[in-house]
Amino acid sequence: MKLRKASALAASVLALSLTATACGSSDDDNGGSGDGGGGKITVGIKFDQPGLGLKTPDGTFAGFDVDVATYIAGELGYTPENINFVESPSPERENLLKRGDVDFIVATYSITDTRKQEVDFAGPYFVAHQDLLIRADEDVTSEDDINNLTLCSVAGSTPAQRIKDEIAPDAGLFEQATYSECLAGLENGQVDAITTDDVILAGYAAQDQHQGKFKLAGLNLSDEFYGIGVQKGSDLRADINTAIQKMIDDGEWDAAIEKNVGPSGYAAEGAPEITETN
Amino acid sequence: MFEFLDLERYDLFGAFWVTVQLTFYSAVGSLIWGTILAGMRVSPVPIMRAFGTAYVHIFRNTPLTLIILACSQGLYFTLNFDMGAGKDLEALGFRLAVLGFVAYTATFVCEAVRSGINTVPVGQAEAARALGLNFFQVLRLIVLPQAYRSVVAPLANVLIALTKNTTIASAIGVAEASALMKAMIENEAQLIPIAAIFALGFIILTLPMGLFLGWVSKRVAVKR
Repeated sequence: MKLRKASALAASVLALSLTATACGSSDDDNGGSGDGGGGKITVGIKFDQPGLGLKTPDGTFAGFDVDVATYIAGELGYTPENINFVESPSPERENLLKRGDVDFIVATYSITDTRKQEVDFAGPYFVAHQDLLIRADEDVTSEDDINNLTLCSVAGSTPAQRIKDEIAPDAGLFEQATYSECLAGLENGQVDAITTDDVILAGYAAQDQHQGKFKLAGLNLSDEFYGIGVQKGSDLRADINTAIQKMIDDGEWDAAIEKNVGPSGYAAEGAPEITETN
Repeated sequence: MFEFLDLERYDLFGAFWVTVQLTFYSAVGSLIWGTILAGMRVSPVPIMRAFGTAYVHIFRNTPLTLIILACSQGLYFTLNFDMGAGKDLEALGFRLAVLGFVAYTATFVCEAVRSGINTVPVGQAEAARALGLNFFQVLRLIVLPQAYRSVVAPLANVLIALTKNTTIASAIGVAEASALMKAMIENEAQLIPIAAIFALGFIILTLPMGLFLGWVSKRVAVKR
């Protein structure tokens, strides 16, 4: 009986201390919403997109989206140490913003009308075009040729749907969980091309282990305006737009493109006009 | 709230039909392969027992996502094994997925059937052997028919788990229900209502399955 009482006491002490520490740590993490200076800001990025948003094995973050996010946070008054990057997978982006889990999202987030009903966008900060990644010794020169190819893309993604519905209904299409899973097929010849936005493809082609193997076909199959997602009605939008414009004007934008996707030979066009204003 | 549900654009029933087909073929395949495995695990030949045991332990403890990915990445992308589907990518993905589900689910069928075999009194097998039946005849005529009757309920659990597991086929591009769900979330930016519809769809599929097989299990159980 005594033993049981003692263990019950121990369990409740343990539970209490766990809740206490949990509260403490969440206080540290979530100082983000609004307060500048000493607080932290939470930014949603992709963790698995080389060249854009990638979590490296040593825990740091690299890519164009990361550089843009760091620059904007800097303009909002946060040093790089005060940025808390969290993963924002595509299906969860709207909910992360609505719940206020992140302050803004920089994650190859295309501005579309349906999404604008749920969240607001700043930007665009980049224009990408759907394209094909092909083996370096081959060529695809026209849109009509795509119907004869076997393509690979991510299941349910906009580029995959567009291939099926509009661009090349006769083409074979593998739908995998990630673009990395398409690369083995492309290298071994079961797949003729991987399709999605050109800058994402360039990120894969620029990876050390793939350099020289693949190239972009250079077909502009669509215009994707990447915006920075913010909560609906957020005051952040105007400040972020100012920050993007500043980044473009002072040359940091070009430098970030060159650094992150330059090695693939991808030539990005200039920065887009900012259209998403209040 | 459900104004995004445009059945012209999203073939909801078609996608669930693929789920049903995946479940059906995988269930038939894993029932056959699982029974063979169970036979191996109780057989008097040591090498067959060893194979059965090793197979069950390896496949049961490997994540299903990995098995399905290995079918597409390993068998097709690397070894160019196309399951006789040629350039028909839809059939290819479907067959690779069924292969993966059978390889995985058969281990659970095997263990369920083996537990059923253990419910058959040893005297039954001894009596059968005394009549001059060989191992396969004992298994086929005496032991398995009684074993199956006692494992309908566990097999129903395996079947329900299999139905839900088929969503993993979307990882290799099979156009089943969860693949459509991903496309709808991408376009409509409405995670929770869309997920709710698909959750409901799976409940509609699996609930009657469980109730029906529960009833069958009571009907056929061997009263001892």
